Amino acid sequence: MRALLDSLKSLYPLDDIVLQRPDLAFATVPAAQVRGLLHHLKEREGFTHLVLLTAVDWLEDGMFQLTYLLHDRARARDLGLRTLIRRDRATMDGIHDLWPTAATYQRELKEMFGIDFPGSPGVDDPFVLEGWTDLPPYRRDFDTKDFSERNFNHREGRVTHDPAAHMKRHLYPDEA
Amino acid sequence: MRDELQKRVVKGPDGVEFEVEPLKDYYCEAPPAEHPPAYLKIVEDLFNWARSQSLWILGFGTGCGAIEMRPLMTPRFDAYRYGVQWRPTPRQSNLFIISGYLSVKTLKRVIRSYEQMQNPKYVVGLGSCTINGGMYWDSYNTIKRLDDYLPVDLYIAGCMPRPEALLAGFETLKHIIREGKAEGANLYARNFDWYKANQKKVIHDWDMPDYNW
Amino acid sequence: MDFDWMKIPYALLTLFIVVNYGMLQNALIAKIGARVGRRRGIPIWQNYADLIKNYSIRSSITHGVMYYLGPVFRLSGGVGLLLFVPSLYGSEMFSNLSFAGDLILALYFIFFGTLGMALGAAESGHPYAAIGITRGLQQVSAAELPMALAVFSVALQYQTLSVTEIVAAQQGGFQNWTLFTNPLAVAAAMLSFLGSMMRPPFDVVLAPQEIPIGPPTEYHSSYLALMQTNRAIFPIAKIVIYMNLFFGGATIWPEFFLKVFLIYMVSVLVGVVHPRFRVEQSIRWFLVWAVPIGILSIVLV
Repeated sequence: MRALLDSLKSLYPLDDIVLQRPDLAFATVPAAQVRGLLHHLKEREGFTHLVLLTAVDWLEDGMFQLTYLLHDRARARDLGLRTLIRRDRATMDGIHDLWPTAATYQRELKEMFGIDFPGSPGVDDPFVLEGWTDLPPYRRDFDTKDFSERNFNHREGRVTHDPAAHMKRHLYPDEA
Repeated sequence: MRDELQKRVVKGPDGVEFEVEPLKDYYCEAPPAEHPPAYLKIVEDLFNWARSQSLWILGFGTGCGAIEMRPLMTPRFDAYRYGVQWRPTPRQSNLFIISGYLSVKTLKRVIRSYEQMQNPKYVVGLGSCTINGGMYWDSYNTIKRLDDYLPVDLYIAGCMPRPEALLAGFETLKHIIREGKAEGANLYARNFDWYKANQKKVIHDWDMPDYNW
Repeated sequence: MDFDWMKIPYALLTLFIVVNYGMLQNALIAKIGARVGRRRGIPIWQNYADLIKNYSIRSSITHGVMYYLGPVFRLSGGVGLLLFVPSLYGSEMFSNLSFAGDLILALYFIFFGTLGMALGAAESGHPYAAIGITRGLQQVSAAELPMALAVFSVALQYQTLSVTEIVAAQQGGFQNWTLFTNPLAVAAAMLSFLGSMMRPPFDVVLAPQEIPIGPPTEYHSSYLALMQTNRAIFPIAKIVIYMNLFFGGATIWPEFFLKVFLIYMVSVLVGVVHPRFRVEQSIRWFLVWAVPIGILSIVLV
């Protein structure tokens, strides 16, 4: 794994390298280099399987982090690539031509985070949310509780207990 | 509304052009009618006994709770003993179990399936999520009160209720049916506008007829 | 023509007995199947409850005239099959409406129900119904071939087309049964029998998992109840023919019940241990195994 990372470092500007396990590593690359690096990994290094493509919302930094997790079947190792894109211009190159399954991930990211992948097949179709009108719900500035209270009828009489306090009151009523 | 549901002119294989309006052509738009119990009390009692002894569940697992219905078919619980069977089509089933949380997308399919079932039909809400949202009380995508959208005959509380609780629920439902109190289908027909208004409030892209049998 | 009008109530009595026997036997078979899976299975009266419930459903929708007629055809196929064949040999009451050429009529009635179903299911417009009925017609046609061959063989053997006379020729001990006088015909017919009982390995028509129950997908309430009634009658009626042609018929009801049950159990026993054939597999199976036996039986007669 370390040998692979060293050879990659000479070709691409890798950053924040974390060797989590002997068979699992993470690295950060600039968004412009992602496609080239993924292509290289798929064709040259044996990472033929796209495990997942997901996103993290770094609201305070104004960034989205995309994570591409790849798997090398022959040598049983995983490599995660992270890249940061601007939150206010959330657009990224698609990788559906490398892995057709990526189109589904991209469609989901478009719906849940509002990250656009121009040219990805069916990227604008509704995935889970049909007829969604609000902010994409996985963005952290979307207030799910507020939305749920505005949108759905709630049944009266729902109470919430802090589990620790509730059990203490329940089991040791004298000490409460 | 999706493109394939728009009204349009289609050219057939024989070159004749004709107009297609999918929402009108494929579905019946007649609103549901009430069918009150029509026979003598003794006949209706016999029918209610038969209905209670022959619960045909629509095989549509709408949420995670559906996992609790599978063991009912196995030797350990064997719900067939109690006259409970699973049917693959809404036409033939008379019991709809809403198993757990119901997302808005699933609600749309549930409404269509429910409306295709024939009167009398029963709805059982399985799990806390159908009662007040359960652990999804603040979720952006699940409904919180099932009885706003469909007439519910019985709730089985729990997260999840065990198969034994379901069997007990079936027995309670049988009592309700035998007493002639399970008239959910008529309730739905009577308060049709209210149910539709509630359904349309959460389903923002309503792209089906109001009533599709 | 002198027609004994008393035959009609007697025939209806036969029908009544057979409906009840069929319902109970279907439940019993389901219970046996459940016991194989270590379950208790449905109560023995379950079919009655289902039937009453389906008749008591208050609303129903239709897809057109043929949609109505489908179950009616199916039921009349079952009832006709039963009524034109003597249930009990030598009984004035239960010979039903049998006449000289009833064997040909019976062959026709076996097919009639499936045909009616095809028309009705096609009109229901459900794609699964269309798939199911296509498979059903293909399979029944293939299964019918060895059956027809076996029937011709038996007709040649006894030089008659009357079921009553065929039964009469088999009386006087089990060594006179067609089963022993013409075993090849019986073998071909029993293979065909497996194919027409809607049990594994030939239940791809209903295919409970892949195409939810096939032809009757759109049928509900009274339509479905009619088909359930037929479900009770038709297997029994079919087995009555087999019993009359090959297993010496029956002279009293207990013998009738026992023989019908045992013949039914053949398909059940095969069914519980075999997975399902696809249509092309089952057709090939019939053509390769059953048809040559049927031809051979004709040649040897």
